[in-house]
Amino acid sequence: MNKDTNTYSAAGEVGSVLENRSTFTRLKIELNKAPLTAKFGIFIIIVFVGLAIFAPLIAPYGEAEVFPEPYAPWSANHIFGTDQIGRDIFSRLIFGARNTVGVAFATTILAFLIGGALGLAAAINRSYLDLLLSRTVDVLMAIPQLIFALVLLSIFGSTIINLIIIIAVLDSTRVFRLTRAVSLNVVVMDYVEVAKLRGENISWVMRKEILPNILPPLIAEFGLRFCFVFLSIAALSFLGVGIQPPTADWGSMVRENASLIQFAQYDLKAAMTPLLPAAAIALLTVAVNFVVDWFLHKTSGIKDEK
Amino acid sequence: MHPVVKTVLERLGLGLATLFFVSIIIFSAIEMLPGDFGQAILGQAALPETVAAFRQELGLDKPAYIRYFDWALGAIQGDLGTSFSGRNASGADRSAEVVDKIAPRLWNTLFLASMAALIAVPLSLILGILTALYRNSFFDRSVNTATLTTISFPEFFVAYILILFFASLNQIFPSLANVDPDTNFGERIYRTALPAFTLTLVIVAHMMRMTRAAIINLLASPYIQMAKLSGASQTEIILKHALPNAWAPIATVIAFNLAYLVVGVVVVEVVFVYPGVGQLMVDAVRTRDIPVVQGCALIFAVTYILLNLIADIIGIVTNPRLLHPK
Repeated sequence: MNKDTNTYSAAGEVGSVLENRSTFTRLKIELNKAPLTAKFGIFIIIVFVGLAIFAPLIAPYGEAEVFPEPYAPWSANHIFGTDQIGRDIFSRLIFGARNTVGVAFATTILAFLIGGALGLAAAINRSYLDLLLSRTVDVLMAIPQLIFALVLLSIFGSTIINLIIIIAVLDSTRVFRLTRAVSLNVVVMDYVEVAKLRGENISWVMRKEILPNILPPLIAEFGLRFCFVFLSIAALSFLGVGIQPPTADWGSMVRENASLIQFAQYDLKAAMTPLLPAAAIALLTVAVNFVVDWFLHKTSGIKDEK
Repeated sequence: MHPVVKTVLERLGLGLATLFFVSIIIFSAIEMLPGDFGQAILGQAALPETVAAFRQELGLDKPAYIRYFDWALGAIQGDLGTSFSGRNASGADRSAEVVDKIAPRLWNTLFLASMAALIAVPLSLILGILTALYRNSFFDRSVNTATLTTISFPEFFVAYILILFFASLNQIFPSLANVDPDTNFGERIYRTALPAFTLTLVIVAHMMRMTRAAIINLLASPYIQMAKLSGASQTEIILKHALPNAWAPIATVIAFNLAYLVVGVVVVEVVFVYPGVGQLMVDAVRTRDIPVVQGCALIFAVTYILLNLIADIIGIVTNPRLLHPK
């Protein structure tokens, strides 16, 4: 760009402003403008991801390490005490971040791969495939998700792999609907037609022509779906048919320690123990919701209804 | 034919078709079982003859479509088959009919759900309409933040917080909602208070936000603007212009959330050890008692589909455009 100070150039002036902003700087500016709730959400998500990745380094004890004293009170050795068979609650909470959040994340990714691919294919094909998939999804969505998941788990058994596949397939119905709806608007664009005429195959059209244009709503949906999947898995684990012991998991931890709540009058701290994993679930869901809210405002341009 | 009747009939047909497909899916559950399932239920010590007899009783020697019609006809007549539990390797059969297990609990679940609905529906409609009328005020914003937070909470978190404050720290309500057929009405309400409050808190948030959105959407339409410009009063606008068009979205909101109640009730029943269908289903899933799981799933699914159907029909029969065709 022209940096000559003697002659004036509009392009030079505008160019120099544009020039010094890298992606990182722009991200920083966006973040500074973000509302407090979004900043709080991002902070919480970073903390949880950090806990999940570095769990073995942070946790003072092992995930399934058993100590002689069950239901130990809060102390210096065991910050949040021990559970019904003497495992350190604090360590299990940290490992729980890895297991519960990890399983929910894997499930959401799988749901998006299935639902996204089928939704795109249905939008492009628009004939028997679209009809078949859409009607199947309608029927699947007519059964409440938790009930359907319970039926499938009773047949296939509660292993982590089954859990991920079942919830992902059930949740992909909603991803399918959204992907199909937003890509229907893009499929009719001229550049998609041109690509098809050029002889590009269907996967190329899907990846290079349509996907980039439907990404923002899909990313927002990813956050919301993650919350939903996360809550479903936590509920199933809480019911005892999700992630199985001895794997540390927030949902089942609530259930295992629930009886402590009866002793609130004698030891309030101990009574809080079953609420800690539940609060961790709630905190992460609230955080993701805040961030998604902010992201939706940014990308869709929808402002508060006046 | 009158357009209303036609649309209602169409919706009923669609609902029946959905029910049919859903029942096929639930029936297929037993189809997908691994081959050695008889062995798994009866135990390793079961004799081959016992296993064969068990398979025959399940009808696994008949083609699937015949079994489906047997099962579906039975289900319509109130026969959901026989539970797997109570059988053992020697072939002795102390199992119970699925219907006998579900029937007494169904009444309990319905009682809890309707109690929650009776509190939640009026409360959320009032809150939704108030926040829509006074939107962007301090009241609106605080209600909104509060509901956004409770939506993100798992049901059991809300339940245990309520137990901590109202059953453990201050012993106002019992923390276990154990009722039996002899419990009288007042006592029943007192014991199911905490589970009902939990469900209320969970669905009020959803219902109130959806009502608010529906009303705001409505108040922005041109004919409301027109009514305002013509000098109609606030009450007149709401009662004469907005409400007739609002029944459909409000009915959808209520039915959607009552359907959500069906799911929420499972977790809440387990927390409060309430003898309802949800708890029966979770226990059956843990012991892989498929006929009981199928029976419960069928009841939940039918309720869910019926509620959505009712919402659709209310939407159709209150739609002013359909009622007064050109």
